[in-house]
Formats: sequence, C-alpha cells, structure tokens
Amino acid sequence: MFAATRLNRRNQRIQKLSRLVLGGMTGLLILPVIIILSVLVYKGGPIISFEFLFTSPTHGMTAGGIFPALLGTILLVLVALLASVPLGIAAAIYLSEYAPDNWTTRAINLAIINLAGVPSIVHALFGLGAFVIFFKFGTSIIAASLTLAIMTLPVVIVASRESLQAVPRAFREACWNMGATRWQTIRRVVLPNAVTGMLTGVILEVSRTAGETAPIMFTGAAFFLPLLPQSVFDQTMALSLHLFVVSTQVPGMPEQLPYGVALVLISIVLIMNSSSIALRMYLRGKKKW
Amino acid sequence: MVKPVTVKLGVSDLTIRYGRHTALEGVTLEVHEHEIFGIIGPSNAGKTSFLKAINRMDLFDSAMHVQGQITFNGIDTSKVRNIYGLRRRIGVVFPLPVGLPLSVYDNVALAPRLAGRKTRADLDIIVERCLRRAALWDEVKDRLDALGSMLSGGQQQRLTIARALSQEPELLMLDEFSIAVDPVTTMRIEDCLKELKKEVTIILVTNLVQQARRLADRTAFFLAGSCVEIGVTEDLFSGAVKDQRTRDYVDGRFG
Repeated sequence: MFAATRLNRRNQRIQKLSRLVLGGMTGLLILPVIIILSVLVYKGGPIISFEFLFTSPTHGMTAGGIFPALLGTILLVLVALLASVPLGIAAAIYLSEYAPDNWTTRAINLAIINLAGVPSIVHALFGLGAFVIFFKFGTSIIAASLTLAIMTLPVVIVASRESLQAVPRAFREACWNMGATRWQTIRRVVLPNAVTGMLTGVILEVSRTAGETAPIMFTGAAFFLPLLPQSVFDQTMALSLHLFVVSTQVPGMPEQLPYGVALVLISIVLIMNSSSIALRMYLRGKKKW
Repeated sequence: MVKPVTVKLGVSDLTIRYGRHTALEGVTLEVHEHEIFGIIGPSNAGKTSFLKAINRMDLFDSAMHVQGQITFNGIDTSKVRNIYGLRRRIGVVFPLPVGLPLSVYDNVALAPRLAGRKTRADLDIIVERCLRRAALWDEVKDRLDALGSMLSGGQQQRLTIARALSQEPELLMLDEFSIAVDPVTTMRIEDCLKELKKEVTIILVTNLVQQARRLADRTAFFLAGSCVEIGVTEDLFSGAVKDQRTRDYVDGRFG
C-alpha cells in the first residue's frame, strides 16, 4: 500500500537535493563571518588589554591604547540614538496610526525608502552643509551624531512602523468601539504591545552606525586629538576613522594594532546586537497574545 | 402589549458602499427601547456593515461611505460632534472574542478608565457588576489578574460582553457572538441577554435562525444588501411572512 512509486522516488530525490543545495548556500553565507571573526581574534586578540582599551594612543598612534576613539564612538552612537529614536518613533506612529491611505502618505513612504538608499557620503556632505556650516555647530560630536541620526531615520521609522503594524487591528477596533480616541487607543493598547519590538528593532538598526566612517569624517571625527572631548560641541576621535588611519595613514604601524581596533569595533556592534536579540527573545516569551 | 414604544434607534434609507461595491441599500427600520432586535441573513448580507454604520466606524475606514439617516435617541448621528460619547453609549461584541492583551480586570476596567473614572473602589464595583452580568464572575473572580487572552474561548467572549457592558451602554450590539462559543456557553449568554434586556436595548446579529427565534422580540431579514422583511419574530417563523425568500430562509431551504 505504501510502496514508493517512481514519481514518489523522484520527488524524494529532488527534495534531498534541494535541501542540500539550500543548506550549502547558507553555509557559504556564514563562512565569511566566521573567517573575519577568527582572523580578528587571532591577530588582534593578543593586543587587547585593559591598557589598550583605556589609555590614549602614544608615539604617533603606533603604540598605546584607543580610549579616545572608543569613547568617541560610544558617544556618537548614543547622541545619534537620542536624536533619531524619538523623531523616528513619532513619525512611525503618525504613519501607522493617523495617516490616511492616500497619495501623500504613499509619497512620504516612498521618500523614506529612498532616503534609506542614499549613499553615506551624500549624507556626509549634507551633514557638513546643514549642521557644520548652516547651524554653525562646527565639526563636532553634535554635528556628526545628527548626520548619523538622519542617516538612520529611515530604518528607525520602518522598524518601528512594522512593530506597530504587528499589533492586530482588532485590538484597535475594540478600543475605538468603546469610545476611545485614537491617541487613547495608541497609548493604552497599541504602544504597550509594540514598544518592545520597536526598541529592539531600533537598537539592531542603529548599532550599525558605530561602523560608519564617511558621515563623521567631515562632520566631527578627528584624525588625532590629545584631549578627550569636553562637550558635544567638541570634535572627537572615533573607532571607525581610527581604524582607517592606523591601517593606511601611519607608517611603521605594528601589524596587530589595526586588527585590535577592528576587533573592538566589531565587538561593540555585536554586543549591541546580541543584547537587543536577547531582550527580544526574553520579551517574546512574555508576549500576551 | 399596550405600553408605548420608544424608538431607540431610527434608520432611514441607509445605504453603505465600499468603493463601487454596495454592501447595503435603502434600509429603513426602527429599534425600540428595551427590545432585542434580531437581524438574520446569510453572510454578505450587509449585517456587519449595518452595525459599523451605527457606531460611526466608517470614520476609521476610508473606503466606507454611508448615506441615509441614523438617529440615536432621536439625534442624527452624522451631526454628533462628540462621536466618542456616542460610541460609549453603544457597546459592541464581535464574532471572535477580542481579548485585549490586558488582565481580566483591566479588560473590563478599560472603558471606565478611558471615560475618566479612576478610583480603585469605583472600578472594583464596576468590574464585579459587569462580570456578574456576563455570567463570568464565578469563574474568574479568583484570577482577575490573569491575562484575558488566557481564558477559554467561551470565557473570552463573555469577557468581551462584560467589557462592552462596562461602558454602561444604552445599546448593545452583538455580531454573531456565538460563532466561537460552545452550545452550553451560548445558552448561558442567551440567558444573560434576556436579563440585560430590562436595562439596555440589544441588536442581535446572528446567522443562527433559531437563536433569533429564542431571543428576539422583532427580527429583520437581510439578504444581499437589502432588508427583505421586518416583523415580530414569531410572525416570521409562523409563516406570516410577506416574502417567500424569508420563509425559505427561516425554514433552512437556502442560506
């Protein structure tokens, strides 16, 4: 009764083959990640120490630590987050909950998607023109962070809007039927159920800005500074630019130093990502519907 | 039957369109205070659209266009500026229970809170009364802090009824409430509705013809976007109908 026909056997063969091919592709995909990480750990690992992380560069950056760059990158990402998250979430709430479905809204959505596709060097020039020159912030942390914020806004908006849209419409309708205003509905039902997804999604997207170089080169990141920044209106060093500098601009650089810088940079991104993913998994376990 | 009737809801020449599609055309009817008004009819007859129009939910659906006049307590709803106040006076129960992701207590306390009632003592009284009226109190009184969505399907549906009652509505609209509910629970809810009738007016949309027969004082038969017949429920079932289609539908010959 269950004897395999020729067609059955053929289907099973194809099934095995496709599984093999697709699995192989996936393996190929993670191979570069594994190679990059292991090379960095192998070559840069030995240089990582408390001193490396928490002291300033010396001897024309060929020795000493990376503290000013590390601190600078963390500052840049934090200030960028502070600027882009409230703005992006507000826009996402408007687009998801208030905006009528008409051509204006569609045009806005299209503009957001296109903004995400603008090359970072163009954002850099925009930041230079707008924040450094027009708003007279000069090359400073605030100018660089705002440039990064503008660059990440589209992904912040899209990630937040997706979390909002994931809340079932039936919840909203039940609330409206009780005589709740749109804002009461958002405040009481939509946001509490979307906010965790919004925040983790946003962190995941924004952590990538830690590695951006072009937008901060013109707007606030310095080649080398002897002192730490005192306020957001000072320039700062940044890991991404520092990595570029120590790999290409300084003769006589010990080989392991650039690898160490790269390892620290990638670790920051990975730590932010994995904590965001961990938070998301933890909250998903507590999901209420 | 000599007591004078008060018209709670008046609908005249109501037409509802979604884009080019007409969901309901030229419906005129009256719902009296303290009656259960049944609406029967096959799916796609425009029953749900009818309820949405009463509650002014067309404001949330840009594709939905409503023509004609609906009066609530004699006031034209299209001229009501405080639509939130209007919706608070009209409770709605959906076909599938929508347990908001809140605790049982918060589900029922939400509407009073939205309306600005804040004290815990006040809310405690409202929550208990509404849950009792929805025949759910005895089952959940020990776990008011549990998530509403953790209750069984039948319990959730009674929770949504309790939630609708917490608005202290004058009109309660139930849209095929028994679709996801077992027969025993359905009977319990039906008993509740008979009790509630003393205090609120009820519109009961149902695709169970016998449910309308058990509960409704008067019944309307909707078919393919128009109201074929309105009458005292028993007349519809005893064959005293004007339209052959109504007879066929209540006898189960189509639909």
